[in-house]
Amino acid sequence: MSFDNRGGSATTPLHLVLAWGFVGIPLLWGIYGTLVNALKLFQ
Amino acid sequence: MGLLSILDRSRTIAKPGFSRWMVPPAALCIHLCIGQAYAFSVFNLPMSKLIGITKAAPDDWKLTDLGWIFSIAIFFLGASAAVLGRWVEEGGPRRAMFAAALCFGGGFLVSAFGVSVHQLWIVYLGYGVLGGIGLGLGYISPVSTLIKWFPDRPGMATGMAIMGFGGAAMIAAPLSVWLMSVFSTPTHVGVAESFVVMGLVYACFMLVGAAIVRLPAPGWKPEGFVPSTQPKKLVTSNDVYVYQALKTPQFWLIWIVLCMNVTAGIGVLGQASAMSQEMFPGRVTAAAAGGFVGLLSIFNMAGRFFWASMSDHIGRKNTYFIFFALGFVLYALVPYFGGAGNLALFVLCFGIILSMYGGGFATVPAYLRDMFGTRYVGAIHGLLITAWSVAGVLGPVLVNYIRQYQIDSGVPKAQAYNVTMYIMAGLLVVGFIANLLIKAVDDRHHMDLETVDDLVGVA
Repeated sequence: MSFDNRGGSATTPLHLVLAWGFVGIPLLWGIYGTLVNALKLFQ
Repeated sequence: MGLLSILDRSRTIAKPGFSRWMVPPAALCIHLCIGQAYAFSVFNLPMSKLIGITKAAPDDWKLTDLGWIFSIAIFFLGASAAVLGRWVEEGGPRRAMFAAALCFGGGFLVSAFGVSVHQLWIVYLGYGVLGGIGLGLGYISPVSTLIKWFPDRPGMATGMAIMGFGGAAMIAAPLSVWLMSVFSTPTHVGVAESFVVMGLVYACFMLVGAAIVRLPAPGWKPEGFVPSTQPKKLVTSNDVYVYQALKTPQFWLIWIVLCMNVTAGIGVLGQASAMSQEMFPGRVTAAAAGGFVGLLSIFNMAGRFFWASMSDHIGRKNTYFIFFALGFVLYALVPYFGGAGNLALFVLCFGIILSMYGGGFATVPAYLRDMFGTRYVGAIHGLLITAWSVAGVLGPVLVNYIRQYQIDSGVPKAQAYNVTMYIMAGLLVVGFIANLLIKAVDDRHHMDLETVDDLVGVA
């Protein structure tokens, strides 16, 4: 994907995987760390 | 001008074949960064020891003065969203996201300079003013774009983006701590370097969102989507001009709805750690309380997606009815569970309360769309954000002062929050009534077609 829409190609599954991975991986990392810390509440 | 023309609204219109599922990640690129504001407090203690390093020196900044950085940022979030909402709406999402990236990233860089020369006013100006403007622009920039791409599920779409804002602190807090550990030395706490890295990383991340984002072509509809032919009482197919919305009772009623919902949630969120330790003395340690706060963040984040998606099925008004009615019951039950020493139910109560706090943020853009149409929903949302700014002051003040008053009156610490919980429940009753009074916007407030065309031409 580029900044420009002119001549842009259609979205492929790879585009979607990259875009969602770009935001999903850091978010899942954050959730995992938080859940590990949260377990201390019930220990 | 040539280079900047790539930011124009006209250059952002999607070509056929563009998937609308690329837009939520673009929005998340912005919200996962600006939501860092919730984790800014991890810098407060290190910034109070920039000179003394191991303990605060007389010339070091005081924690009370450092607390103002976040407050200024939240004030400018509300102010910029309200003032610049129309600019965001008419210029398109890419220009706004680009400006948000420069402001938010730039705010960190200016603050890094302020820390390195030990001038607090420069940090206020950097993260507080510049960063706060980036927060406001970034917060509202993807909202109307998502609503346009997902006319069939506007709640879910905006819920996904605003979920990122709720979840960002879970990334930012450990990242900040790690960066400071990397840059710190026995004679240096490493805050300025951490600010530089975070400013650059966040700006790049946000620019990726600006690159990905697209607007749908005029008249575009999702495949297979047939707009309902049966008009719904509380969903308009007309548009209301941004400043005309201020003249409607509906805007102010939704303002009260948001303000009450946020006041109740934000008050507990800020005190969750202390509250859990004081209501369960000896059972909840400081480390466990940290885990409790983290768990609430997850509920807060998940609630944004869950409740906003749910609102697409049951309607916005009904969703807020659930927030206020269920919230009232849960706030009233907290003192009972605390008194009974039932930690699991106490945690569950607050988890659900915080999910509804997040849900209130995430559902409100779709509520505005239903009331005022799609054309200026982002700008109207910007004006509504002022309710958040007010709640941001009101909630913590209510909880802190009432708790202190109770303790000063001789109430044991474990019971000092009971009255606060009942007052929060009372605020939800006010929200319930405001929500009950919301009716469809009167036809005289709707824009006529000529006005719409004129404004689109200007844009």
